[in-house]
Amino acid sequence: MKTFYKKFSEKFIEGLLMLSSTITTLTVVLIVVFLFKEGLGVFNKKPVEDGFVIALNKQNPVNKLTSAQLKNIFDQKITNWSEVGGKKDSIILFRMEDITNYYSEEQIGEKFERLPQCIGKVVDSLPNIIAFFSTKYLDKNFQGKQLDIDKISFKEFFGGKEWFPTAQPSAQLGVLPLILGTLWVSLGAILLALPLGLAAAVYMSEIADEKVRKVMKPLIELLAGIPSVVYGFFGLVIIVPLIQKVFDLPVGETGLAGSIVLGIMALPTIITISEDAMRNTPRAMKEASLALGASKWQTIYKVVVPYSISGITAGAILGIGRAIGETMAVLMVTGNAAVIPHTILEPVRTIPATIAAELGEASNGGLHYKALFALGCILFIITLIINLTVEYISNRKKYNNR
Amino acid sequence: MYKIESKNVDFFYGASQALKNINLAIKPNTVTALIGPSGCGKSTYLRLFNRMNDLIDNTKIGGQVLIDGDDIYAKGVNVDSLRKEVGMVFQKPNPFPKTIFENVAYGLRVNGITDKKFIEERVEETIKQVVLWDEVKDKLKKSAFELSGGQQQRLCIARALAIQPSIVLMDEPTSALDPISTSKVEELIYELKAKYTIVIVTHNMQQAGRVSDTTAFFYMGELVEYDNTKTIFTNPKVERTQNYITGRFG
Repeated sequence: MKTFYKKFSEKFIEGLLMLSSTITTLTVVLIVVFLFKEGLGVFNKKPVEDGFVIALNKQNPVNKLTSAQLKNIFDQKITNWSEVGGKKDSIILFRMEDITNYYSEEQIGEKFERLPQCIGKVVDSLPNIIAFFSTKYLDKNFQGKQLDIDKISFKEFFGGKEWFPTAQPSAQLGVLPLILGTLWVSLGAILLALPLGLAAAVYMSEIADEKVRKVMKPLIELLAGIPSVVYGFFGLVIIVPLIQKVFDLPVGETGLAGSIVLGIMALPTIITISEDAMRNTPRAMKEASLALGASKWQTIYKVVVPYSISGITAGAILGIGRAIGETMAVLMVTGNAAVIPHTILEPVRTIPATIAAELGEASNGGLHYKALFALGCILFIITLIINLTVEYISNRKKYNNR
Repeated sequence: MYKIESKNVDFFYGASQALKNINLAIKPNTVTALIGPSGCGKSTYLRLFNRMNDLIDNTKIGGQVLIDGDDIYAKGVNVDSLRKEVGMVFQKPNPFPKTIFENVAYGLRVNGITDKKFIEERVEETIKQVVLWDEVKDKLKKSAFELSGGQQQRLCIARALAIQPSIVLMDEPTSALDPISTSKVEELIYELKAKYTIVIVTHNMQQAGRVSDTTAFFYMGELVEYDNTKTIFTNPKVERTQNYITGRFG
């Protein structure tokens, strides 16, 4: 009886353990599947929102317009049909509110009951017109030509230089500025954090007294525990005004501010991981070097650093990983302008900051919403690559030390 | 003239005394074996000669250690140049994670030698000296970790010899090796005697008997007996030495 009870409880615990690991794995898989399902959905969407029509006069030879052309037309940057392959004639824009220029309120009707006919007549009468209006007001006998808009393409999405997800009539979903902004800020962060972090790691593992180390290490680890919004706040209050003053800029919210804040945030990762790696250098290795008449410093850069190089690299890459995924602090200090940055003194916008800032205002299932999920996919892929790299590097280390 | 002399040497790890009043003198071009049970202080004593114990915090030395008549613990002694003069081979093979060539060249490079041809010649010469050349001449650019344990240990000896020290300290150099590698290293030690003064710590009585000219027996931080190896092994004056050598304690 006793052995039966023991066996049963063992089986039961095994079952519980299996269940929890299965649930965890499933959750991860589900999240990834959900992310990609929503994200890839953006390529099934048209940049003109559902429920709206772009119409031309039926005599207009133009049959297709890209989303960028549409935007430029409505921004009046393209003012002649010849620029988009039509006749040489200036473009007349027509938005729904423009109807009052053509018809009086009585003609339209109190409850807009005659609005569809009015729009139809306007489009019919002006050969140069391009009209943007709701399908609700599309007349049954509409004579104009409804323009065919392409779905969003990969090329447009990844190569597009403009991110105006809520632009009317045609959303601009170029993620290039966001990707570049993210990489730009992260690169700056790592350039600042790596030399500083390495110096600190060398100091702590090789030079500092045990007493000093015992104080410094927990303090640096504490740095990792500070909530990112606090870093953001610190950056906003201290670093942003400082940059504004030092470089004499109109605004201090720049890529540089983001890089500095992220660099500080990446420091604890870089320091602790590379310090651990350096301390793992076998004592015998250091002694062998010193016994050959090498100085302490020669031993550090000729033996300790090469020996722990994979640990140091892993620390640096994980630091970058932290910087790339960081949201709150960056959102607070970078200025969030979705333009391709040319210097570190311009405002930039990163992928995570974009998602955090815009998801609240994107309608569920809509184009903007799907585009933000696609951004999430890009971020996921970048961090996945980073993690795989770290994995690869630490495996290589095992091979070397066998 | 003695190569190494220690006069009234005391050594402390914190409050505990590891060596008590050691007086010992070693002639040049001899092999001296330090034997004794674990924890008797023989490795600590060996590491005094190249000031390796300096790396350990909270240690203290008393008395004098003279090499070629100069006190190596005197003020103003350059420890790095002392260590060029006194090479060391460790218990476990500890090659650097570098190529075979770079391992041997390391000591030359850290001492500021940049002449490529000179380095190449010296590396070849020392690898030949430790009878490893035929085994590694085709893979000098490969990682030292690809060698077997015994080959690694001979490489480490070559590494120590490359900077041409006059003294070679060996801390149980064969304890991690198989019998064949061990006998190769022992032969090597015997041959090296012509050029160097060698001090070797060993747990292996037969080894001490085979390779050394003089033997010092340590027990509990004290030097119990120091004499010709032959005398120690056949006719020791102290009973404790006799007991240790014959395996009755230790």
